[in-house]
Amino acid sequence: MSGVARPTAALPRGPLRLALPRGALLEETLDILDQVGADTAEIRGDSRSLIFDAGDFVFVTMRPSDVPTYVEAGAADVGITGKDVLMEQSDRVFYEISDLGYGGCRMVLAGPDGEDRLAEQERRLGALRIATKYPRIAERYFEDTGRAAEVIEVKGSVELAPVSGLADAIVDLVDTGRTLADNGLVIREEIASSTARLIANRVAHKLRAREIDDLVRRLREVTA
Amino acid sequence: MTHPIPPGTRDILPDELRELRMLQARLAGVFESFGYGEVATPTVEYDEVLARANAGTAAAYRFFDERGQLLAVRSDLTVPIARLVANRFAAADPPLRFFYNARAYRAVRPQRGQAGEFFQAGIELVGSPAPEGTVEVLEVLSAALDAAGLGRAVIGLGDAALYRQLLEELGVAEDVSSRLLELLAAHDHVGLDRAIGELVHGDAQKELLMRVPMLRGGPEVLDEARELGGEAMSRALERLSGTYEAAAERGIADRLQLDLGLLRDLGYYTGAILEVYDPALGHVLGGGGRYDELMGRFGRSQPAVGFALFLERLHIAQAEEERIAEEGTGA
Repeated sequence: MSGVARPTAALPRGPLRLALPRGALLEETLDILDQVGADTAEIRGDSRSLIFDAGDFVFVTMRPSDVPTYVEAGAADVGITGKDVLMEQSDRVFYEISDLGYGGCRMVLAGPDGEDRLAEQERRLGALRIATKYPRIAERYFEDTGRAAEVIEVKGSVELAPVSGLADAIVDLVDTGRTLADNGLVIREEIASSTARLIANRVAHKLRAREIDDLVRRLREVTA
Repeated sequence: MTHPIPPGTRDILPDELRELRMLQARLAGVFESFGYGEVATPTVEYDEVLARANAGTAAAYRFFDERGQLLAVRSDLTVPIARLVANRFAAADPPLRFFYNARAYRAVRPQRGQAGEFFQAGIELVGSPAPEGTVEVLEVLSAALDAAGLGRAVIGLGDAALYRQLLEELGVAEDVSSRLLELLAAHDHVGLDRAIGELVHGDAQKELLMRVPMLRGGPEVLDEARELGGEAMSRALERLSGTYEAAAERGIADRLQLDLGLLRDLGYYTGAILEVYDPALGHVLGGGGRYDELMGRFGRSQPAVGFALFLERLHIAQAEEERIAEEGTGA
């Protein structure tokens, strides 16, 4: 078991606080929230605010990878983010309560186009060099498949790594695969698939059970 | 220049420590009033002794003493007290009642604001079976929360064996059961639903197993569960409903939330399990439950039950509740 989290955030009363992912998932997230009757007009506008009062909810917007942090601490009661983010932060504690179905993409191992030289590379050099923004997913994957890999964490365009010689291959999230192809990379193995998920804080899941279950029910109706 | 201290540790200064001590004293007063006596055990024990509990909680710090013996720092007080009971009270007539106000230690992850060293306040009731023993502990816990100024705190009450029993009643294969229990303990309801959909036969059974983890609330939850699952569910529910009814007789049912999906990760819980929540805080304040097999691992088999509260969290919740009351926004 891990250390005891030092809590900093109070769980306020009033409307349910919902952490929303800025970026690729936001548009579809707002569309389904519209369908369950939430007011997303303000958040769709060009306001620089990060927090929005929307009647039944307070929306808190952030980077997708921050959603588990806010929800675990109770700074948001519930949150929406991709399964890829949850897998990368699998040591955080929260309830994963609903698969919202949209935002589908795949976590893959990709290498340079042409002959697949990854196995040879591992055999001759002892380990594969893997560049990724998802070091924990990558490490676990190579461990599970019994292979040696040196995982290199990068923050920006990961496609650059094999092209420039930083790594032999990459582990990354792909949607259409366009970016891979443009950089001379092809998918070698599929690691997992990902969709948007609804998660809940441990305390909120209990003390605001009715509101959360109601939200889940309404979301299921519109995403089914 | 400043001198670093290890990650997860901290210094406590007079203003905070004064308040923590006051809180400890109030809790001690409650525990004493129910007939519990304070014990202190060593911070370090032999690793193999703590490991007997098989609690799945690896010690955060282990080291060798001057004779080369492997020592471990305790990660809770329940296991050391089980050891103490076996050593010092082997022939004593049950029930035994102990409480503690002590520090425990767990591993921390960097940059997560986690405490590796923290105060726990709790009780252990040894030799008193369910439901009487469980209800006594719930009563003490409720009084302790009131004494801490957390009148709004809620105790989640579940049963560690309920879901497993239900899977058995439904004839689900052993390997599938353990997979489903793992997912439930990880709070991964999406993964659980998917695994049930793929691995369990029969639509009614699937529906039942998917719905049960979501059932939490007042006594109506028991009726809902029975409606869902008929005979199998009724048998699995027996212990939990017995405990709830006994708690109702003592007048503490109001602050209980029945939670059929509650599963804590510590390996030694056997029956009732509990978690403590306060609306002012996003973190669980503490927990506990029955561990009727733990004492047996140290020699003398006896039913036992207890809880531990994280003192620093209690303190933060207390301050937060005070603030909310002053602002007059808490309703």
